[in-house]
Amino acid sequence: MEEELRVGFVGNPNCGKTTLFNAYTGARLKVANWPGVTVEKKEGAMKYHNHRFKLVDLPGIYSLTSYTMEEKLSREFILSDEVDVIVNVADASALERNLYLTLQLIELGKPVILALNMMDIVEERGMEIDLHRLPEMLGVPCIPVSARHKTGLEILMHTVAHHKTKCQDINFIHQHKELEEKSKHIHAHHKEYAMVYSDEIEDKLDEITERLKQAGYTLSNYRWYALKLLEKDSEIIKQYPIDLEGIVDQSYETEIINQKYDFIDEIMEECLVNKAKKAAATDRIDRILTHSIWGLPVFLGIMAVVFFLTFTIGDWLKGGFESGLSFFSDTVFDLLTKAKTAQWLISLIVDGIIAGVGGILTFLPNIIILFLALAFLEDSGYMSRAAYVMDGLMEKLGLSGRAFIPMILGFGCSVPAVMASRALEDMRDRRKVVLITPFMSCSARLPIYVLFSQMFFGKFAIIAAFSMYLIGLAVGILTAFVINRFQKKGEISPLLIELPEYKTPNMRTIFIYVWDKVKDYLTKAGTTIFIASILIWFLLNFGPHGMIKEMSESFGAGIGKALTPILVPAGLGLWQIVLALISGLAAKEVVVSSFSVLFGIANINSVSGMNGLIDVLSGYDFGALNAYAFMVFCLLYTPCVATIAVIKRELKSVKWTIISVLYQLFIAWFFAVLIYQIGRIFC
Amino acid sequence: MMLREGEKNHSYRVEQMNLPQATRIRLEALGLTNGTKMELLNRKRSGSVIIRIRGTRLAFGKQIAEAILVSELDIQE
Repeated sequence: MEEELRVGFVGNPNCGKTTLFNAYTGARLKVANWPGVTVEKKEGAMKYHNHRFKLVDLPGIYSLTSYTMEEKLSREFILSDEVDVIVNVADASALERNLYLTLQLIELGKPVILALNMMDIVEERGMEIDLHRLPEMLGVPCIPVSARHKTGLEILMHTVAHHKTKCQDINFIHQHKELEEKSKHIHAHHKEYAMVYSDEIEDKLDEITERLKQAGYTLSNYRWYALKLLEKDSEIIKQYPIDLEGIVDQSYETEIINQKYDFIDEIMEECLVNKAKKAAATDRIDRILTHSIWGLPVFLGIMAVVFFLTFTIGDWLKGGFESGLSFFSDTVFDLLTKAKTAQWLISLIVDGIIAGVGGILTFLPNIIILFLALAFLEDSGYMSRAAYVMDGLMEKLGLSGRAFIPMILGFGCSVPAVMASRALEDMRDRRKVVLITPFMSCSARLPIYVLFSQMFFGKFAIIAAFSMYLIGLAVGILTAFVINRFQKKGEISPLLIELPEYKTPNMRTIFIYVWDKVKDYLTKAGTTIFIASILIWFLLNFGPHGMIKEMSESFGAGIGKALTPILVPAGLGLWQIVLALISGLAAKEVVVSSFSVLFGIANINSVSGMNGLIDVLSGYDFGALNAYAFMVFCLLYTPCVATIAVIKRELKSVKWTIISVLYQLFIAWFFAVLIYQIGRIFC
Repeated sequence: MMLREGEKNHSYRVEQMNLPQATRIRLEALGLTNGTKMELLNRKRSGSVIIRIRGTRLAFGKQIAEAILVSELDIQE
């Protein structure tokens, strides 16, 4: 067995890189985050003949500047010792733009293999690429592949195995005679490099190289560092602070980009034999889907379908899950009782862990269906159109069009909604979306509205319940609007997105994507929820004198009593209510069951149960106005532990998680007080 | 003229980009350099546009579509 070969997969977004990567590794991959940032790299292993490969899928990038985290990290990773060979995956049907990254990768000086993906689409459109001429001009092997049809995969890995060291004497064949004759530059770079710049730039590169050597730096690839210094790349300047006076009086970045694209024009001229004959089907589809009038209703229709699927099929499956869970919980209870387990341990396992963790697991069907639908939209190419369609409306809130998706998902469940915020590139946008998403009333809050509006609002029950959704939406929009006002204008990142060709989604890609999300939810959120469930159980079942029977003696009741004065102005000054709200942190629907336990009402959703609760509550002077304030508080206050866990996970910041929790608590209190106090004037 | 004032299905040439450095370099990396030809595929009243450039489609928000100055090309070009 030979030693392991480390292969980095690099390419533009939407070039099919991940599909190609998955075709080699399957679901046996490890998703790792670069420390401290949300940029992901996926790792997988494979064997081919006698070779062992470690494949690393880097984030999709368009260039190798230091302006974005993805590009900077990819660049550092490729330059490090962790990569032996670069597989540059390019969308052959958009070769012109993809070659820009290729030229930069070649300049990094490591062995590069160009994988021309989507060759099937190239053929379909009647285009032809000269696969003999292209490697002559680039100096790297060019392998046609189709990740979707799994063709060319073996040949690609074969090439990787044979090109692990860079070929020293590449024969470039360029038609640059004229340029070469005119050139007064001292080196014959056209025989050395694929990408040769104008004399002015080449002279400067030589001078910078000289100064780097004088400064005592030993580099494997002076040319690349010289180029970056000429582009005034902030990272490289920091690493190699040499005096460049007289050479780099301005940034040559634009000049360098332009010359690269000039060379790409030349390549296209020679290598693209037939230009596309057929108008791409994408243009015909886009005429409707991005239409200035029809685009919006189509988008809303699609979202309605996603919503419908998630919360009808999802809830139906969830029902099955729930009955399975209660069966499991009963069985465990019976077994533990028969085994004469201590009472407190049974309670911890059944009421604490199984109820808490199991309750969160029941959301799994919704999450799976939602992410299936989202993966389908993303992989088909529609998601970026949705961003374009929603851009105008969202811009008024200082958000890019992409932020609409997490917001609408929030009406279903805050957990996947917060997870979906990952689609936003900018961290500030992501924070803003994560902050407002929980105000969209999730389905777990519905049981609370149903119970209280039926009890107190009679025939206006539906209106009272529906008003919660509008208030939530309004508070969310208001929050975004206020943050927007405090942001400087330049801080809003405008929409800038590529619209890929539409394609039939790849099932493998979709399943791996969904599995990835599910695994994430189960492991990361699961551990937090596990601990939180135990904690809440402890608060409700233990008091200063050990385990208690009456919840009114528990630590939780003590906390509830201590916090009661804060909620008096909102008309919610009962310790039972405070405690019910605290228990709602486990999951919002728990508020209802806590009410029934705390006020000693059995069968709370039945008519007699409701009447009983109304009687008890009216004894405390708790009427319709109090009930409405309570519903508003439930709508707006801190979402469940699962949501807090994913907020922490997505923002990767304890500070911002605490800010969001406190903000929601304050907003809930503020609006409940506002409604109660204004209402009191009229009642 | 500004790109956002362009008309659907007409072709334009990039003349100037008055954008912050980071955004401009991102656009240049996507192939939108001075002198590049493009086709305006879609335009919304809000100012966002879709263009075809170097064989790919890009969508921009209003701020970018206002900052890119273009000149119209004859259809033959």
